[in-house]
Amino acid sequence: MRLIVHNMLTCNIKGVVNKFPLRIEAEKVVIKKEVDFNTDFLRHMLAKIEWKALVDGARSMGYTELPDHAPEAEESYSFLKKFHHALLELHLEEGSLVCQETGRKFPVEKGVPNMLLHEDEV
Amino acid sequence: MKLKQLEGLLGDLQQFSNPKVDLEQYPTGPHIASRMLFTAENSYGDITDKVVADFGCGCGTLSAAAALLDAACVIGFDIDPQSLETATLNAEELEVEIDFVQCDITKLELKGRVVDTVVMNPPFGTRKKGADMEFLSAALKVSSRAVYSLHKTSTREHIKRAALRDFNAKSAEVICELRYDLPKLYKFHKRKEVDIAVDLWRFEPKQN
Repeated sequence: MRLIVHNMLTCNIKGVVNKFPLRIEAEKVVIKKEVDFNTDFLRHMLAKIEWKALVDGARSMGYTELPDHAPEAEESYSFLKKFHHALLELHLEEGSLVCQETGRKFPVEKGVPNMLLHEDEV
Repeated sequence: MKLKQLEGLLGDLQQFSNPKVDLEQYPTGPHIASRMLFTAENSYGDITDKVVADFGCGCGTLSAAAALLDAACVIGFDIDPQSLETATLNAEELEVEIDFVQCDITKLELKGRVVDTVVMNPPFGTRKKGADMEFLSAALKVSSRAVYSLHKTSTREHIKRAALRDFNAKSAEVICELRYDLPKLYKFHKRKEVDIAVDLWRFEPKQN
């Protein structure tokens, strides 16, 4: 699971208000650096991404280079490279996504988060 | 990439080893899958450099097609762990990057509209009534550009009405009518092969 996906996932347990973001508990992180660098796509994503969730998620996976805030004006090349790396090249292979309100852990195994709810959570 | 090349690559993918009838697991053949995604990109620019979600991805045929057409990010969603395992192997075989999420689409809640395009071959609703509509509703909630979906031609008017009136679609067009060859997959199938008329739809969500 990459952070671009994590930035969309919410806790869908019935009644939960604080659904996003899910906290990451990382057990195994793999870095795959072959993703094409596309500045137009990155700028497009910058407008849609929840920045704090991305920074916290990246930190949980061992990457601490992202600034606390995304730049207001023209983004530098070095910023975009860091953004690209955090968004698309960090893979959570094993770990959990934790609901901040209930503490419920959604397991991530072989890179796939399991968001299926139990009967009493629906 | 040429259409024939895309179709060839998709034809090599592994499919369901033990299809689950209750989930209406049928492979999306390379003929339909390649034409669906090729049209989405060549006629509408909805795949290359876009975030593409595949709802009910099964073994990942549509996801693979999106990745081969250079989507910026492809995410396959499915409820069945065995299918997701096969889909993961298929992605590795093709050397493409696809993220997978295990979930119940009807209960999924995604934040924002990060997804540009949803592509899907959803259940037709023959086992779980209304499944096709649930998938369509979910897709229109999540996408910002377009939803491509296959539905039985016999449900055409029903789909159009529901999409425009209930699911917040700005537009709902049948792009073409296809014949879906279903091989005899399940014991209850009487004929060796059957041909179903399906519509390839393109929906646009209303911008919020």
